[in-house]
Amino acid sequence: MSTFNHADSSVSDTEETQSGEGSGGVVFLFFLIGLAASLIVGWVVFPKLLYSQKHQPVDFNHVLHNELVSEGCESCHFFREDGTFSGAPKLAQCIECHEDVQGESEEERKFVEEYVKKEIEVPWLIYARQPDCVFFSHAAHVKTGKMDCVTCHGEMGESTTLRVYESNRITGYSRDIWGHNIAGFKRNTWDRMKMDDCAECHQQKKEMLGSVQTQKEGCFVCHK
Amino acid sequence: MKIDRRCFLSLGVGAGAGIALSPLPWKITDDLSIWTQNWSWTPVPATGEFTTVNTICTLCPGGCGISVKKVDNRAIKIEGMTDHPVNGGGICSLGLSGLQLLYGPTRIKTPLKRTGERGSGQWTALSWDQAIAEVAEKLNAIRTSGSPQSVACISGATSPTVSRLIDRFMAAYGSPNSLSVPTFIDSYRAALQLMHGVAANPGFDLEHAGYILSFGSGLLDGWGSPVRTFKANSGWKKSKVKLVQIEPRLSRTAAKADVWITINPGTESDLAMGIAHVIIKESLFKADFVQNYASNFNEQFRKLILDNFSPETVSKTTGVDSASIIMIAREFAKAKNPLAVCGRGQGNIPGGMNEFLAVHALNALVGAINREGGIWAVADMPVSDWPAVQQDSTATTGSRRPRLDNAGTQAFPVAMSLLNQFSSALISGKPYPVQALLMVESNPVFTLADSESTRNALNKIPFIVSFSSFMDDSAALSDLILPNHVYLERMEDVASAAGFNRPLIGLCQPVVTPGLDTRHVGDAVILLAQALGGAIADAFPWDSFENCLEETLGDQLETLKEKSFVVDEGFQPDSWATAFHTPSQKFEFIPTALASKKPFAPINPEGDASAFPVILLPYDTMRISSGFIGNPPFLTKTIEDTVLKGTHSLIEINPKTAQTFGLKEGNMAMLQTPKGQAPVQVHIDDGIMPGVIALPRGLGHVAYDSYLAGKGVNINRLIGSVPDPVSGLDAAWGIRAKLSKA
Repeated sequence: MSTFNHADSSVSDTEETQSGEGSGGVVFLFFLIGLAASLIVGWVVFPKLLYSQKHQPVDFNHVLHNELVSEGCESCHFFREDGTFSGAPKLAQCIECHEDVQGESEEERKFVEEYVKKEIEVPWLIYARQPDCVFFSHAAHVKTGKMDCVTCHGEMGESTTLRVYESNRITGYSRDIWGHNIAGFKRNTWDRMKMDDCAECHQQKKEMLGSVQTQKEGCFVCHK
Repeated sequence: MKIDRRCFLSLGVGAGAGIALSPLPWKITDDLSIWTQNWSWTPVPATGEFTTVNTICTLCPGGCGISVKKVDNRAIKIEGMTDHPVNGGGICSLGLSGLQLLYGPTRIKTPLKRTGERGSGQWTALSWDQAIAEVAEKLNAIRTSGSPQSVACISGATSPTVSRLIDRFMAAYGSPNSLSVPTFIDSYRAALQLMHGVAANPGFDLEHAGYILSFGSGLLDGWGSPVRTFKANSGWKKSKVKLVQIEPRLSRTAAKADVWITINPGTESDLAMGIAHVIIKESLFKADFVQNYASNFNEQFRKLILDNFSPETVSKTTGVDSASIIMIAREFAKAKNPLAVCGRGQGNIPGGMNEFLAVHALNALVGAINREGGIWAVADMPVSDWPAVQQDSTATTGSRRPRLDNAGTQAFPVAMSLLNQFSSALISGKPYPVQALLMVESNPVFTLADSESTRNALNKIPFIVSFSSFMDDSAALSDLILPNHVYLERMEDVASAAGFNRPLIGLCQPVVTPGLDTRHVGDAVILLAQALGGAIADAFPWDSFENCLEETLGDQLETLKEKSFVVDEGFQPDSWATAFHTPSQKFEFIPTALASKKPFAPINPEGDASAFPVILLPYDTMRISSGFIGNPPFLTKTIEDTVLKGTHSLIEINPKTAQTFGLKEGNMAMLQTPKGQAPVQVHIDDGIMPGVIALPRGLGHVAYDSYLAGKGVNINRLIGSVPDPVSGLDAAWGIRAKLSKA
């Protein structure tokens, strides 16, 4: 029985070796083609398809404005009296200076004509907007935790132009939340703002903060 | 080179490996999970700066202060106003879901004119100018034909100024038929009128009461001002104040009371008299009050009680054993600050005067009148003068005709308005038919007893105008709808809070600017008067309702705009020496006006006991809004499936009663009363007395939207109105009924 089997298998081995030298290579080649194509799809094509590119309604120059205001970021991005954070400024604040065109910038002219004169709020695209299921308090981080704006928002204040806003076609969120790197690698604290990134800092500082967010029952501190 | 199947398999394996080595699967998984948490149709509150507007909730007579949070012009949350004297920051589930009434689909968006058959739901939109012109034209024609009295108005307006404005319109037009929607407060007012001789609202000093004897009042089911009563109850629990609930079924109130006494329904006044018997016999009454400030106690009341209401006699009618009667009487009389209250359930039906007079007499016996922890007579606030209406001759003749509801006649002298007697006059067409009906913040087709005959009665009226904000059951039957703003868009004054014991006035302020083509009913009435011209227009010297309100409230308006209420904190009720203005200038246990009547006689339920062996009781719950305001969807979500299951109302029935009808839990049964029949599902519950069955009030709408229409049975279809022999108001507390397996 065992002899018969052995003979049988040796026959089949021989056949493969005879006709399969080149064929094995072709098979491997196809493997490589499949691998390469899907790697390109996964790393290059997919991110391009996933995000749509949107331009801000008005190209705002942070540097220019920062030179003219006295209190840095908080001049426009301030805390309201009740402790809530204002986020992007409303038209009412802009009008304090821009009731009429001040300079020679084409963007400013567009802003005054399209929004100020027509009293329409500018539909700014907010790079850092978290999903609605996330409760985040600026006051706790900036006022109590004494964190800098840069830690989460990067060098926004040093930009002279607003970069393209990339919107996720599936979720509708800004690309800044997942991070620009599709694999999720980050170099700076502000490169990504997923839950793990919140957790990273909260874990590091949990002794200092007595942070409830990192405890077992912590879900509902942020997810309301 | 040979390309075979293996090559393609290999290609697939390579592609799989490549995909697995790319971020695609992980990223897609993450994005899809986020996508499922963020459906585009899930409502998300607007973000931005919060502002808060303080106003008064007018969804029930509770008069709570509310603080509405908004972002820009979008209201996003309603909270209780923390410094309001009535609710002190608390809010009920109806008040909390008020935004659904503001933004819900059931709002009427523009003036509408009926195009199809009545009630067919076919409408065409009109401009306000067209709508006002159409109403004015009809009303003018009726007036020119010489019968202005044949126009009637039913108003449940929560604003005293709106009510005055409507009464003024009716007076200038020439009709005596201005009707209001009554509650248990009207019965209390009648009792105060008869026993104290004053025009006053009842004020209950709940917070300082030391012993509560509740004759079926749903203190924790929405009675009076619900949030205030809930808070008072928390206080009673803390300071060990005893709450005794007398009721045939285990309501929420009964369940949370210290003592629950089951009683044969409709015999509450007998029990009050039995308790009075023990108090008088054992000389536990407040001798000072009875001897010095009450008239005809010894000759009439004492004799009546001692002769007829011994605990043994009362025990037979009420089903409450005499030992319990004696125990309660002693506890009640000996307690510090005892208080007895009545008004069944939420008090939406005025109720029998026998109960109100008997319970008030009980309070008088223990001196709980105008004293700490008792019931206070809070005199009506003076109103600013408006110039008198200069009626033209048509109006003078018309308004001298008798009222259709018999209010203020010899039979019912204390009544101002008897809505329950209106539909029989409509049906008989006597003494004269009604040619046009105006409806303001009321839904008579749904809320009045015997709703089928109310519907038939309304169908006999050739022209019906509704000012409703919602497509309610009555608006659906009308010919023209002139939609009012909803409460969060209105500016108007609000009369106190039901049962509040200090003079209070509130201001309902617009939280958001009206988003639909609606107008305040006050403005609509002024426009209508102006369109009618002549003496009617002259009676309305205001160019808008706001203007009218400014003149009426004067300097008070500024304070009201700031705080949204004005309360007389230091108010003290009149002392016993000055409080009573009856013919004898004393408290009258048996009012002079009723000497020839039998004021304490029980009201019997309609129906023949042999044909209808059980008694059907309506009950109220905080989870169902049963008045003009229908349930918002959030509130409907909270209804238990032992009350409403799918579209079926469940009938509460004792296991013993169920057995006699051969019914089991979950069975469908046909519920029949002398007024009608309806299919119900059986819910067996030990919490209800044998021989009594119960259905909730407020279900079974036929109009509104898909969230409300067609859910459950409207109990008003099954119950008739029984006019009280003293007040004339509806005193029906139940009806005889039978069940059969369906």
